[in-house]
Amino acid sequence: MDKRLERILPRVQKPARYVGGEYNAVVKDLSTVDTRVAFCFPDTYEIGMSNLGMRILYGVMNEMPGVWCERVFAPWGDMEEEMRRCGMPLFALESGDAITDFDIVAFSVGYEMAFPGIVNMLDLARIPLHSADRHGLTPLIIAGGTAMYNPEPMADFIDIVSLGEGEESTVELIELHRKARQEGWSREEFLRSAAKVPGMYVPSLYDVRYREDGTVSSITPLDGAPQTVTKRIVEDMDKSYFPVKTIVPTTEIVQDRVTLELFRGCIRGCRFCQAGYVYRPVRNRSRELCATYGVESCNDSGYQEVTLSSLSTSDYPDLTELCDELEDFCAQRHVNLSLPSLRADNFSMNLMQRLAKGRKSGLTFAPEAGTQRLRDVINKNVTLEELLRSCHTAFAGGYNAVKLYFMLGLPTETDEDVLGIADIAARVMHEWREASPNKNRGVRITVSTSWFVPKPHTAFQWEPQISREEYERRVKLLRDAIKTKTVTYNWHDSATSVIEAVLARGDRKLCKVLETVWRKGAKLDAWEEYFSYDRWLEAFAECGVDPAFYANRRRERSEIMPWSMISCGVSEDFLWREHERAAAGVTTPDCRTQCSGCGANRLVGGKCHV
Amino acid sequence: MSKLRLLFVKEAQSSYISHLDLLRTFQRAFPRTGLEIRHSQGYHPHPLLSIVLPLPVGQSSVCELMEFEVTQETDGAGIAEKLNGGLPAGLRALDCYPAERPVRELADLRATLELEYDCGVPAGTADQLRELFSRPEILVFKRTKRKELAEVDIAPMLRRADWTEQTTCVRGDVVVQAQNPGLNPQLLAQAVERYLPELTPDFVRVRRTALLDDSGRDFR
Repeated sequence: MDKRLERILPRVQKPARYVGGEYNAVVKDLSTVDTRVAFCFPDTYEIGMSNLGMRILYGVMNEMPGVWCERVFAPWGDMEEEMRRCGMPLFALESGDAITDFDIVAFSVGYEMAFPGIVNMLDLARIPLHSADRHGLTPLIIAGGTAMYNPEPMADFIDIVSLGEGEESTVELIELHRKARQEGWSREEFLRSAAKVPGMYVPSLYDVRYREDGTVSSITPLDGAPQTVTKRIVEDMDKSYFPVKTIVPTTEIVQDRVTLELFRGCIRGCRFCQAGYVYRPVRNRSRELCATYGVESCNDSGYQEVTLSSLSTSDYPDLTELCDELEDFCAQRHVNLSLPSLRADNFSMNLMQRLAKGRKSGLTFAPEAGTQRLRDVINKNVTLEELLRSCHTAFAGGYNAVKLYFMLGLPTETDEDVLGIADIAARVMHEWREASPNKNRGVRITVSTSWFVPKPHTAFQWEPQISREEYERRVKLLRDAIKTKTVTYNWHDSATSVIEAVLARGDRKLCKVLETVWRKGAKLDAWEEYFSYDRWLEAFAECGVDPAFYANRRRERSEIMPWSMISCGVSEDFLWREHERAAAGVTTPDCRTQCSGCGANRLVGGKCHV
Repeated sequence: MSKLRLLFVKEAQSSYISHLDLLRTFQRAFPRTGLEIRHSQGYHPHPLLSIVLPLPVGQSSVCELMEFEVTQETDGAGIAEKLNGGLPAGLRALDCYPAERPVRELADLRATLELEYDCGVPAGTADQLRELFSRPEILVFKRTKRKELAEVDIAPMLRRADWTEQTTCVRGDVVVQAQNPGLNPQLLAQAVERYLPELTPDFVRVRRTALLDDSGRDFR
């Protein structure tokens, strides 16, 4: 072990997250390696190790001969301070080597608030921050993940953005990079060539011009780069890589269990939901394969909990059958099944009986809005009756806690919609009185509201975010309307959501803001401990950028969005159609009921298998 | 059903695994061996395994003991080898055998202390350490379970301490009381800092080398 590291570790919190060596961590003999990849997650070990995408790509890359992919996480503040003090650069967990001279440095970016963390990690790794200041073929800085569907605020820092699912495209890119190094290409030659790999967006090959009012006037691809880059997907989930043998951390992480991915995409089409659009089309993994993977992963990892993961797990066609198939194994091995994403409209007694048998703690539903009118606007096709029936079933089955998630500030929201949330909580409470077999244990109803952030590639990408004052007024309105002590009300901090809204639909003018805010100390801004709203406001002011331009402005249909060169397969015409239907309060059926022609079917040869 | 004891090494990266995380790590390693750890009965069954004398985070050891019960009948033969295929780097099982001697017979533990001096060991350090650790009373501050600082006398818990000087390091071979109450050998370094501040080392490394019964023989 590095001597400097050995001396630092006794002084920092949770040192186990900085040493590697976990079961199934991949260590390769350097004499067999010609490509070293630093797979960076711009958040802590506990968060990053919980990310399934990272585990998949780690496995895919390490299966490539000659490639050694290692993990890198953002150090917590105390660790960063110690590292900077003793001059220790950012290092990879498997080898302990500084990543400064690695061939490829890849970032997995799931959240806009991680942007400053990426800049900070580049600096800790002693890699020049700007793409324009890096001259050789190495290190190549690439990034992917859902926050990269609008990578423009990061355009100055990233060489290549990998769009969509990376199982196949990452391999292609690494092979191309290896060829370029072997044949001695220039960096420019390589980037031009990489831009021709489907799914690869090279920001430096696009000339973006702005009008005086700040909106985009033109986006011009250079040197043969494509006009539109369409995301990549894995067509057949039964042939896609699943990390059966995966790293088992020796310190507790957030999702410390087997994550069994049942399907990708979502049939629902909630209009606010970026994941619902960008992961289209729906692709199911067969029940037999899911069961096999579940058993094999438990056997190898020794985990005693499996989460059946997807964007909407109760929409998996064979869910009860899958639970039944796993039942014997689970009972014998003391393994619990957990289902994170349940819909209030198809939660059944059948399913409930198959969930964790011992502990019946809490269930979570997300009605998202307080009235049927607003739920129709956002296309969350759940009715109050369905929600109450589901709660009734749960209470009757012995559950005594329900969490309800809502959003405030959705387009067209009125005070009536806000007060509707309090009404729902009261009706759920009433349902508990009717259904609970044991009222002595009491009930806990938790209402949580987050603040709606309009995201790119959604039907609401043209919509403004309401002002902070208005959001806080609605929070207060709801807080005053929830009177009973049984209902706990939590609301999301407003400042983070403002910055998230700015970055989500930002353009290249924000690159300078990101660098400025990082210089002022921003790093782990997804964490309350490190987030400072004032720091962001200062950075905006110094760069002459008005955050309201990005967060609170209504866009016209004709406006060129900063991310227009990127396609997730869903057409903008479809998104606009959904936007208009939202305004009219008309719902759109789910993909299984009727195809709405979003365009994502082109990614799977014309027909989705929903 | 068999009650077994596992002798294992915990060093390098694994010395940073905390006690609770270590239990979890072993819990997960057992299914890979085909052995089934016996679970407690009740509403929330949990696996029955316990570490005999938890090692402070950051220290290494070649003599850790863990007790556990498996549902199968076995004398433990072959278990250490099977476990070793599924353990993190720095954790290594040495032997597995039926738990016979009661843990209360564990009296002392032996450890090496490496006091590192980056600019060389100051002259006469070993002699001064010998003098310090033969005093009848050596007071250090120790954090209690209530997170308060309490002053404790470690002299009665210190059985033996031999010191050898090397170029940039002084090695201590010490034997301390293991339990009721036990003495963390790291506290010896704290005593140095308090009584001989000019000899405060730049870094201290602690490694457990043996568990002993009251006649000085290996406790297994």
